[in-house]
This record gives sequence, structure tokens and C-alpha cells, in this order.
Amino acid sequence: MEEKDNRQENPIQWLDKNLPQAGELTKVDAWWWLVLLVFLAILALVVFKPDPYARILNFTQDGIVITIVVTISSFVLTMIFGLFCGLGRVSKNRILYGITSIYVEIIRGIPLLVQLLVWYFAFPAIIIQLGTILKIESMQRYLANPVLMAIIGISVCYAAYMAEIVRAGIESLPAGQMEAARSLGMTKTQTMQYVILPQAYRIIMPAIGNEFISLLKDSSLVSVVAVSDLTRRGREFMSTTFMPIETWLMVSLLYLLMTLITTRLTKIIENKTKLVK
Amino acid sequence: MTEPIIQIKDVHKYFKNNIHALRGVSLDIYPGEVIVIIGPSGSGKSTLLRSINNLEEIDFGDITVGGLSVKDHHDINKLRMEVGMVFQQFNLFPHLTVLENITLAQRIVRKRSKKESYQNAMLLLEKVGIPEKAHAYPLQLSGGQQQRVAIARALAMNPKIMLFDEPTSALDPEMIQEVLEVMIQLSKEGITMVVVSHEMGFARAAADRTILMDEGKIVEIASHDELFTNPQEERTRLFLSKIL
Ligand SMILES: Nc1ncnc2c1ncn2[C@@H]1O[C@H](COP(=O)(O)OP(=O)(O)OP(=O)(O)O)[C@@H](O)[C@H]1O
Ligand SMILES: [Mg+2]
Repeated sequence: MEEKDNRQENPIQWLDKNLPQAGELTKVDAWWWLVLLVFLAILALVVFKPDPYARILNFTQDGIVITIVVTISSFVLTMIFGLFCGLGRVSKNRILYGITSIYVEIIRGIPLLVQLLVWYFAFPAIIIQLGTILKIESMQRYLANPVLMAIIGISVCYAAYMAEIVRAGIESLPAGQMEAARSLGMTKTQTMQYVILPQAYRIIMPAIGNEFISLLKDSSLVSVVAVSDLTRRGREFMSTTFMPIETWLMVSLLYLLMTLITTRLTKIIENKTKLVK
Repeated sequence: MTEPIIQIKDVHKYFKNNIHALRGVSLDIYPGEVIVIIGPSGSGKSTLLRSINNLEEIDFGDITVGGLSVKDHHDINKLRMEVGMVFQQFNLFPHLTVLENITLAQRIVRKRSKKESYQNAMLLLEKVGIPEKAHAYPLQLSGGQQQRVAIARALAMNPKIMLFDEPTSALDPEMIQEVLEVMIQLSKEGITMVVVSHEMGFARAAADRTILMDEGKIVEIASHDELFTNPQEERTRLFLSKIL
């Protein structure tokens, strides 16, 4: 209908209608301005007041790297576990459905911090005790790698939530999509791979973006289980220098910068993958 | 006489809520035949049609398509390759372009090359009259155009049988004709068609037999569109008086 109308309009009117409206443009820009603002704030602090801000940045920079590594690795694992668990949650196979449902219920009932403590303290203790019982030497000398345990802990927890998001995405599709694919002779697996999941993921993109940002923020919990992330490095700096205000201002700004950038990036991906173009 | 291509033998179907949707339906359909099924809402027309490619599993009786039984689940994808289906709601894949919609199953089910499936798709798009929409997305098309793409998508698998479940009832009136024309053209090409539709125009132009269903049973079978023009059963007359 619109197409027909456009032809009768003059080019100026057409442009007017089809260019992004001023409001839309400034909205997008405003959010990038905020990113820039936070970045400039950090820069100004570091340049104009290098003591203590440059020192804090210097001291915490390996923590920033750890935070990013933990966040990205956990997120990749979350996507993989979450997909398989989500498929289990929509499966007609009673056993798969049962196992994944129990997993989701248990994980969602325990705070992430407690889960991290389990992975870092209880899990290695179990391995060692098992080693003693089974008389396996290497198990008795088991030493948990904090970063690895933290990544596993976060992924196992976040995958349970991701599974529910994936399930909701799949279930939101009309049954006709599955039927059309099956009526063309596609197998269940092919239907999932080519028809259902590509659509489900487009629908749940905003939710996935939210999960990524929560995960980035929740990664600060790993500071409790011996991982030298940004938060832990901040605490170490504070306890040696006794500058709580400056330390936590800087750490907060750094987290804010990371979350603002990821929010922007997920919005871009969301728009690129939208079903209705 | 030739062998039937679809044999429906005393089929019963119960849904979970104890609805007895099909109550002993038997019908032989011969190669090249065009069957039109009419009947009131809830009479089991869709259920019967969807049983032919096992989208609904039947509880008693048997349906064979080209010698393959719907009950033999190992062969079900083989059977479905031979049976195209067109739905009331089109059910195109919205994340794929028109061209990708038509080539997907050709490539992964029929294992055709990219080039072959592409050429085949373009031929079919010409046939249904919208080659210029090859790179559009389904949601950018009108309902009539979407339904024609859906027909092309089903035809791309070179099925021997095409099933249509009320293909025009979700369409605005001005788009019904463009879809019916494609279907009428198709009926002249020797493909077997089973069509649930109350479009008399189609029945008149294409039907070899017209069937009235009610309460899960076949009430009357007539040749051509005689069911519309000269019904024998009281039940048929009653139904027609409501829809015409
Ligand atoms: N998935 C289902 N679950 C439960 N009952 C169903 C299901 N599908 C159909 N039915 C019931 O089976 C009966 C036959 O339905 P069917 O859809 O085959 O009728 P129809 O003749 O196609 O009707 P319409 O003209 O409304 O499309 C109806 O009573 C319907 O409510
Ligand atoms: Mg129906």
C-alpha cells in the first residue's frame, strides 16, 4: 500500500518519509554520547589527577582483562549449555526433559555466590575425598584453578536461565513453522537447525543481550573465590592505600563503561537480526 | 483401472480431549485426480488432510501414499517428500528470503546443488507470477503473494500429490483469485490434488470429485461440482444452504 503511495509523491516527500526521523537519530546518538561521556570522565581523572587515578587504573588493569576473559568465556559456555538444556526442556523425550527440568529448578533456587563457593571450595574437597577413597594419587593432590572454577560456576548457573529463554523462544513460534518444515520432508533436527532455532534466536536476542550484561556485572562475585578480577584488584588497592572513594569511583566508572558499550553493541546486533526489516 | 495413489482405509482419529475427529473414513484417490473437500467447521477436513502426510497420527485404519504407509515412521520423510502441503496461514519461513524458502528443502532434503535448486525456484516463481520478489522477505509480501510462494515452495520438491488446507480463507477477497488461478493451472498438469476449500469457482473449474464431510465422516461424494449444483443428501443441501 505504501509503495503505491510513494510513487505519487515528489522525491522530497519520499525522502522525508523514508529517512530516519530526527528523533530516532538523536536517540541513538544520545546513548553513544553517554559512552563517550563516561570514557572522557575516566580519561580526565587519569590525565588531570594521575595520583591516584592513573595508579588505580594501572593497578587494576590485569583485573579488567580477567573480568573480560571470565565474562566472555562464561558467556560462550552459557550459550552452548543453554542451547542444549533449552532443547531438553522442549523435548518429547521424558528422560531429557526430566533431567534438564530438575537441573533448571535446582540451579535457579541457589544464589550464584553460593554456587561459586561450592565450585571453588566444596568441589575440590569432594575430588580429594574421592581420591582418598579410591586411592588415586593425582585426585588427592587436586588443586582447583580459581578462574576455571569461576567460569564453570557462572556458566552452569547462567545456562539454567538461558535454557528457559531458549525454551520460551522456541515455544513462541507458531506450530505452523514446524509443520511446514516437516511437510517438506525435513527431519526434526533439520527443522530445528534451519527453521526453528534461527527464528527463536532472533526473538530472544534482547533477552540474550540482557543476560550478557547481567553476567558482566555478576562476574564481580568471582572476586570472593580467589579470582583477581577488577573488583578484587580494587579491593586490594583500597586496602593498601586506604582510598575508598577514589578506588570505587574508578572501578564503578570502568564497569559502567563496559556495560554501556555492550548495551550499545547488543542493540546493534538486535536491529541487524530483526525478523521484520 | 490404475492403482490408487492414496488409499484411506477406515481411518479413526481421537484427539487427547476424547474428540473423535475422524470416524471411519475410507477413500481411494487416483493419480491425477483433483478432490475438493467441503464441510462444516469441526467436521474433520483438516484432520483428514493432515493425516495423509502424518502431521496428525491416526489411531485406527491405514493410509498409504504411493505404497508407503503413514504408520511406517522410518519412511515418513520419504512419504512427505512426495506430498506437498499448502496451509491456510502460508507458514513461510520469515527469516529466509522467498528464494531461500523455496531452495532450503530442495537442498537439504532432495540434496540438490545450489545452482539446480536456484534455477528450479526461479522457474516456479515465474509460474506463480512473482519472479521479481525472489529476494524479498515473506513479511514484505501481500497475503496472496505469500500463498503463491508457499505453493512454489511445496512444488519445488516435485511432489506427486499436493494438499491444500483452505488456501484462500485467510486472504482478502481481491487476492483469492490470483491464488485460485495458480491452483487451477496446476490441476491441469496431472498432479494429484486434495483441496479443502469452499471456493465453488475452483471446484467448478478443477474438481474431479467433490466430497462433503460432516462429524468425522464422508457424507456424500459427487463427480465434478455436482455436489454444489445437484446434492443428493439432505445433509449436503442443509450445509450448502448455509454457505452459498
Ligand atoms: N490439535 C487438536 N487437539 C484437539 N482437538 C482437535 C485438534 N485439532 C482438531 N481438533 C478437533 O477435531 C475436530 C475436527 O477438527 P478439524 O480441524 O479437522 O475440522 P475442520 O473440518 O478442518 O474445521 P474448520 O473448517 O474449522 O477448519 C474438531 O472438533 C476440533 O475441535
Ligand atoms: Mg480446518
